[in-house]
Amino acid sequence: MTANVTKAAGPPQAPGGARHEAGVRVVISQLTRTFGSLRALDGLSLEMAPGEFVALLGPSGCGKTTALRILAGFETADSGSVTVNGADVSPVPAARRDMGMVFQSYSLFPNMSALDNVGFGLRMRRLPTAERRQRAAELLDMVGLTGHARHYPHQLSGGQQQRVALARALAIEPKVLLLDEPLSALDAKVRLQLREQIRSVQQRLGTTTLFVTHDQEEALSMADRVGVMKDGKLEQIAVPDQLYARPATAFVAEFVGTMNRIPGELSGTGQVRALDTLVPVHGERPADGTGTVDVLVRPEGLKIDAVPGGNGIVTDRAFLGSVSRISVRLSGDVTVKVDHPSAAAGQFAPGESVQISLPGAAPVLVTQRR
Amino acid sequence: MAAVTDAGPASPPARVASAPAARRRRSLPVWRWIILLGAGIYFLIPLYAALRFSGFGTFGQVFSQTGFSDALILSVKLALVTTVLTLVLMVPTTIYVHLRLPRIRPLLESITILPIVIPPVVLILGVLDVSPPSLKGTPYLLALVYVILAMPFAYRSLDAGLRSLDLKTLVDASNSLGAGWPVTLWRVILPNLRTAVLSATVLTVALVLGEFTMASLDQYQTFPVWIVNFDQTSGPVSVAASLFALFVTWIFLLAITMMGGRTARRIGGGQVDLVSVAHQETGDSR
Amino acid sequence: MTTQVAPAAAPGPLGDPGAAAGRRSLTNLRRARDLAGVVPFTSYVLLGLVLPMGAILIGAFRKPVSGSFTLHNLHIASHGIYLHGFATSMELSLIASVVPGILGFLIAYAIFTARRGSVLRRVAITASGVFANFGGVPLAFLFIATLGNTGLATQWLTDIGFNPYNSGFDLYGLGGVALVYMYFQIPIMVLVILPAFEGLRPAWREAAQNMGARSWQYWRYVGVPVLAPSVLGATLLLFGSAFSAYATAEALTSGTIPLTSIQIGSFLNGNVLAGQQDVGFALGLGMVVIIAVVMLVYVCLQRRAARWLR
Repeated sequence: MTANVTKAAGPPQAPGGARHEAGVRVVISQLTRTFGSLRALDGLSLEMAPGEFVALLGPSGCGKTTALRILAGFETADSGSVTVNGADVSPVPAARRDMGMVFQSYSLFPNMSALDNVGFGLRMRRLPTAERRQRAAELLDMVGLTGHARHYPHQLSGGQQQRVALARALAIEPKVLLLDEPLSALDAKVRLQLREQIRSVQQRLGTTTLFVTHDQEEALSMADRVGVMKDGKLEQIAVPDQLYARPATAFVAEFVGTMNRIPGELSGTGQVRALDTLVPVHGERPADGTGTVDVLVRPEGLKIDAVPGGNGIVTDRAFLGSVSRISVRLSGDVTVKVDHPSAAAGQFAPGESVQISLPGAAPVLVTQRR
Repeated sequence: MAAVTDAGPASPPARVASAPAARRRRSLPVWRWIILLGAGIYFLIPLYAALRFSGFGTFGQVFSQTGFSDALILSVKLALVTTVLTLVLMVPTTIYVHLRLPRIRPLLESITILPIVIPPVVLILGVLDVSPPSLKGTPYLLALVYVILAMPFAYRSLDAGLRSLDLKTLVDASNSLGAGWPVTLWRVILPNLRTAVLSATVLTVALVLGEFTMASLDQYQTFPVWIVNFDQTSGPVSVAASLFALFVTWIFLLAITMMGGRTARRIGGGQVDLVSVAHQETGDSR
Repeated sequence: MTTQVAPAAAPGPLGDPGAAAGRRSLTNLRRARDLAGVVPFTSYVLLGLVLPMGAILIGAFRKPVSGSFTLHNLHIASHGIYLHGFATSMELSLIASVVPGILGFLIAYAIFTARRGSVLRRVAITASGVFANFGGVPLAFLFIATLGNTGLATQWLTDIGFNPYNSGFDLYGLGGVALVYMYFQIPIMVLVILPAFEGLRPAWREAAQNMGARSWQYWRYVGVPVLAPSVLGATLLLFGSAFSAYATAEALTSGTIPLTSIQIGSFLNGNVLAGQQDVGFALGLGMVVIIAVVMLVYVCLQRRAARWLR
């Protein structure tokens, strides 16, 4: 998990002095869309600052792709509005919206070379041939595929195809760049390379960008802000480290990174007792009135000590690099994972008795007990 | 493809649609219906005309005509022999090639295109020239030649069925669990090829039952040949016999397609599809 | 089945030429053993296909009775009524491939744009499968009952004042035969071209839209070029099919139109002039050459289409 600490706490300004105009402001307001009995979008609202890279993150069926397609003009919303720099885009057909889209896979026109693919949008805008070819070549260069200009899609690897697709989308100098899970169909190593490339190109051009994915690592490492979606709504939108450190809801907490669930009892004073400690509760309390909840804590938020007769037994120890993740079984058949520096983790061998505790007074999230 | 949240591709125009797009989508259906209706009429009229021409009563007469049962029985016998021969030849060969000689597959594919390139008329010319009189004296010579005609379609069905399996892995797994070759073939490979074998059988049978060219030139009275020869005496009966032949063939095809579909849904392995059945027609029974 | 344990090679450094040669001959042996598995198939094809074809090749150049080499057969086969036969066959095949090609394309497009799973779509596809299997003799009789001199449709048309036979239509002539051929050629075209339509990924259309293309631009730059090889290939297939056809034409015309396939048939029936007994072989050779060329082009087009529509 790469929490990018160098990012500012809010959406950045578009880098000035770029040869393209500064990015546009996009406002999505209360979008709803129902397909038959399926409510794909349930009042989605989102604001994108000029030049901002926003990722929509969520599980399959959460509505993120629908939102993207509505923005692109391939779907229409049942209600709600989408404005670009203040102007409503719903009456504008997809072909006129000036938004470049990168699809999940196989979107390159198979009968055209890479160069012609990239230049297609420019051809539609009636650019003269020479200028079109030159611009397309420039973009292919930007994505590092100059040598492949004459190749056809079936002669390119998946990663190369997506790079051409990116170049094609950017060739028209779009107001907004839309990416629909562009890396999902690629293998891991290529995915990592492309992540960096997309991000650096976007920053260079300053294009407002919406990136849809179900891969949290991708979202957190690339975006200025990440919006976590569930059931057609935004659960939380924040910069990556906020999302990780201060998840607003239990869903976000468990979707981003790993979370432990520890049984606890609510006490009347806005606190919860778990692992024999009283800690303040952050956010909503489940409304079932029983007072029994699960407390959500990150692996690095638990303390582990080798103590004979402690509250847990080590079941597994996984080496993760500088940190080792130790699985401990507590009473009541609850298993937790605790992170501990590997250098000092040797004492926690499987079978050892340990004491797990909640240090400090950091507020925790609680959720309904499973 | 993408769009896991969308219910499907072209969704119906929404109420808040952008005008031009909505207009375009609404105008298509009319044009589409016209074409399909027109086609429907063209295809159904000859059937109707034939029914009217022969009258429903003549169907009964068909069965009582001289030579009907002999011709039909001959066709059925030929179909049986051809199918058995084709399967015995093609099933082991395709399995073998998939397992041991995967690089020969393109060559094999090209060989199986050959019978399509050689019209049946020409083929029978050559066959009759090289066959010894003993073979020429039996109708089963036709069965031997029909195997060649059936080969491309049998191969394609079996190849498609085999491609959908990971044959090597299955065989290796079976062997590692202690099964020898015969058991592996019988219990592991063939059951997974059920649909493909069924498809190949359907194609072969349909081919033989409808084959006229070679049978008539070899001067044996199979069912299609009988229908034509019979034309001399009674038009309506011939037409009725034709309808009967068509009817039987495609009820048979549909039944097996449905059976194949149900089996496919249980074990997987592709479907008997009418496209490959259609492809057979680009050669022989015409 | 890959558990063939090779006997240990002679001990020595890997660069030992003797051991290398031993390994090579072992591989050859194994390869020969593997090829043994396809012997039954190859011998059948040899006997059933190659042998007759060889007979045709020989027969085309053989002087009847004496058996010596001659070009006479070829000469006869390329002149007079036989040349006429080739020309007529090609004309017929052209009509019976291009027209069904276009119509089949339109029908396939109509089916393709119908909503997935709709009744219309399923009925149309099943019907195509069924009608593609009608043909040959039964079909000829069906059409005789429809458009023959006393056919049902002929009567209907005469009733509304238009007797097709007065306007030069003849079911037993070229136009009529072509019309009958269309009955199975159109469904074949539909079934062959529909998968090509399905191969048009929605992402292409959306990407084109996204780039600012209107509907006709999409078709012009992407749709038609991508479909073209398949459409051409399918039409060629139809051409080959029409050219080889025998049964339908024979049942309809009983030899009144000069068609190559029928002419070959008459050789087998013994309707042959003295000294020309082997001309049939030359005709057969001609047919095979023509179809082989057509199929070659078809295969090349298919390969191109497969690459693009993957």
